[in-house]
Amino acid sequence: MEFETVIGLEVHAELSTQSKIYCTCSTAFGASENTHICPVCTGMPGVLPALNKSVVEYCVKAGLALNCKINQYSRQDRKHYFYPDLPKAFQTSQYDLPLCYDGYLDIDVPEGDPLDGKAQKSTYRKRFGITRIHIEEDAGKLLHGAGSTRIDYNRCGVPLIEIVTEPDFRTAGEVHAFLTMLRSILIYAGVSNCRMEEGSMRCDVNLSLRPGPDAPFGTRTETKNIASMSATVRAIEYERKRQKKVLEKGGVITQDTMRWDDERGLNYAMRSKEDAHDYFYFPEPDIMPIEVDDEWLGRIKASLPELPNARRERYMADYGLPAYDAGFLTGERALAEYFDDAVAAGAPPKSASNWLMSDFARLTNEHSLTWDALPLSPEDLAKCIALVESGKISRTSGSKILDAVFSGDTRTPDELVAALGLAQVSDEGAIRAMCEEVVANNPKPVADFKAGKEKALTSLVGQVMKASKGKANPALVNKLLRELLA
Amino acid sequence: MNKKELLSLTAAGCAAALAAGTVTSVELTQTYLDAIEERDGEIGAYLTVAKELALSSAAASDGRRAAGKPLSALDGVPYAMKDNVCTQGVRTTCASRMLENFVPPYSATIYQKLNAAGCVMLGKVNMDEFAMGSSTETSYFKKTRNPVNTARVPGGSSGGSAAAVAAQLAAFAIGTDTGGSIRQPASFCGVVGMKPTYGRVSRFGVVAFASSLDQVGPLTRTVEDSALVLNILAGQDPLDASSLPHAVPDYAKSARPASLAGLKIGLPEEYFGPGIEESTRKAVLHTAELLKAQGAVVERCSLPLADYALPTYYIISSAEACSNLGRYDGIKYGHRTKEARTLDEIVTRSRSEGFGDEVKRRILLGTFTLSSGYYDAYYKKAQQARTLIMQDYAKAFEQFDCLLTPVSPCTAWEFGRMSDDPLEMYAADICTVSVNVAGLCALSLPCGADEQGLPIGAQLIGRPLAEETLYRVGAALEAARKEA
Repeated sequence: MEFETVIGLEVHAELSTQSKIYCTCSTAFGASENTHICPVCTGMPGVLPALNKSVVEYCVKAGLALNCKINQYSRQDRKHYFYPDLPKAFQTSQYDLPLCYDGYLDIDVPEGDPLDGKAQKSTYRKRFGITRIHIEEDAGKLLHGAGSTRIDYNRCGVPLIEIVTEPDFRTAGEVHAFLTMLRSILIYAGVSNCRMEEGSMRCDVNLSLRPGPDAPFGTRTETKNIASMSATVRAIEYERKRQKKVLEKGGVITQDTMRWDDERGLNYAMRSKEDAHDYFYFPEPDIMPIEVDDEWLGRIKASLPELPNARRERYMADYGLPAYDAGFLTGERALAEYFDDAVAAGAPPKSASNWLMSDFARLTNEHSLTWDALPLSPEDLAKCIALVESGKISRTSGSKILDAVFSGDTRTPDELVAALGLAQVSDEGAIRAMCEEVVANNPKPVADFKAGKEKALTSLVGQVMKASKGKANPALVNKLLRELLA
Repeated sequence: MNKKELLSLTAAGCAAALAAGTVTSVELTQTYLDAIEERDGEIGAYLTVAKELALSSAAASDGRRAAGKPLSALDGVPYAMKDNVCTQGVRTTCASRMLENFVPPYSATIYQKLNAAGCVMLGKVNMDEFAMGSSTETSYFKKTRNPVNTARVPGGSSGGSAAAVAAQLAAFAIGTDTGGSIRQPASFCGVVGMKPTYGRVSRFGVVAFASSLDQVGPLTRTVEDSALVLNILAGQDPLDASSLPHAVPDYAKSARPASLAGLKIGLPEEYFGPGIEESTRKAVLHTAELLKAQGAVVERCSLPLADYALPTYYIISSAEACSNLGRYDGIKYGHRTKEARTLDEIVTRSRSEGFGDEVKRRILLGTFTLSSGYYDAYYKKAQQARTLIMQDYAKAFEQFDCLLTPVSPCTAWEFGRMSDDPLEMYAADICTVSVNVAGLCALSLPCGADEQGLPIGAQLIGRPLAEETLYRVGAALEAARKEA
């Protein structure tokens, strides 16, 4: 039997605010256990929350970036359940008045398997609906040891946004493309660093199958604990196949909450609908309603940077870059800003794009560097490109300069050209002498060229370059040889 | 001054004696500590006496005074703190087994303010468990007796605070009021109790019962004392989002007897109905006559929605309580059961053992009213009723500067009389709860006694932030009663 897969997502992203949502404790990741805590975030008797305003701003930013409408009057609600990582026994969240709602994201979805590693693929454009985005607080973490369990409250009260999508996804590829773009946008907007491996971005997958696009939705399961982009794809494929098998045997899907075990590559049920929680939601009486007036909303809007889609369009329209280049350059905000700065420093856009896609992609990978921590300034990249394009050095020498700088050499490109002896010889007299010698010593290729074999010239150019130890300007060599052989 | 004279001083009197140098704070504090040791065995106001802390605070106060740098009018004056206010380093139990050994790692804003004003905390006083009750009988630890008649309850939930002030075991006391918990014990014990406007005093560090109703206030021997203490307590707190930004006036200025000419006071007829004891009704109506004699215009009026205040109050307060008390799970602090194998057992048994019946009753009520399927019928309805009750009051305040009612339908009852019938006990809150529901301020003042000599209280209800009006009327009434 063939089924259509229907997927909706709940994405949690930890916000990049300096302090927690209701107290001034630090949100920094990786501190020793229970060092970023206070009476407020550990839920001591008598404490009250003081809402961190930047949490509201970050959430509204995310909403604007994802084309949402903004609830200018919203509030927080308490969601109750007992668990040791939740010290107040309720999570302060938003229930019926989320800050943002009714948004969407247009995505160019690549065809085929998202994990096959192929770079350039054909794409189709699709719009994915965003139901709502709300703010809430993170919980602590249980540390299970031999015979005992300890609790680390450092993450308790770290602000989160939860992004809930419409059930608009039909394949794991669509989910992968959406999450990639979502991540990029949230990082762009400075809302979250979206490090899935640190748990600062998490994704729950709601998945069901139905016989065809017009059939009503089937019963869905919710899969939690997905800790990476590729795990999302694996978990979706696993759950899709599992449900298909059940349905093909005439079985029934139960509305379970599943937990993904990426190591073993399987899903298992955590709880079924029967023991679904009643969360006893009610409006948080200790926090005043959140009012985002026009003036505040305007300021938040003004603080939003140019987002990837708009930037991509601009690169194609203004710089004439191919779609692939534009997509690559706008994939991360730091990369796009680096590119913009290099162009501003005089680099021709297509050249800068080529250098970034080739040498830089290779070197950042080799040296495990992120785009926001490159050792070469955009001005120096523009300088390198200028050196090559003016014929002062060869393109190969340009790569040598980058290799040196990425390996820790702090000298400027000009100093490196001198120190490494990379300057091309463009002295016409000296090169003409070398050319004459090569013509004299290589009668066979000379004869071949004169007989009409264009390729023979390449061999002669190579001889001259060799004689000049690679420093001769290849274009000049070419030109002089043609003159000599004319 | 001898001990008896010292103990009979009001807070303002203590301040004057300290300023005049007739007594030191250490002497005054030691006198109170001795009195507590001698007489609190019978009264049972204190759960914890912070003897060393009190004496060292008193010594520090004397040092400041000697240097000519007292921190406030009440620097060096000893007081009692209700045991639901977090005091760093001093056990804070909420009169519950759940928090029997809880020593807070931080201090409530109001405790910090009282410290910053130089006031000397003698100790922590008894209350109904988590402030749920009207007689202080739900305390896990002990009974507190009404100093006027020790066979009677002191009222509640701030029964320890009222008894400490009435028995001269503290110059003043701090209480909290969620549905009458300052005003009713003040009335039962014959002292002055102020429930400030919601948001006037910070709740940060005050263990929450019902977040949208709780408010801190003073219990004192006089109206002037009440104003002096509120001067210290009031003000916006960045740690409490519900605290109000409005400037704090000098309340003591309004707490001086003056003519009430130009003031209009309403007598809402719903508060003088058949449920009110005759002696109470008479005493409050007599109060109205005294106010008229001071120049006020007193007229009957109506609050047609008064009947809805009690159910509205019990739905909202129980819902918030069940949420606020979820954190007591035996994991981080507080009582933990000795017999548990699983996480569920730790939580369930710790709560079953740690909470008393009244607390459990409220948690169950709250859980029910917040359950999906019942939320709209109860909690949401109650919130709508709350809005209407506020409008009801707003309408009355278009005509009147304040309203005069009884504090309680009856005077202090005998131990055990109400504890078997929670509904009857809840009904006794009828005159006080609507003030919290509407977020208003109200002052409870002694206005007479019944045939058995038990104190009767009159309640003055003001519009939000009209504490000054209440003090003005209260001071005039106090003076008129003294003359009479």
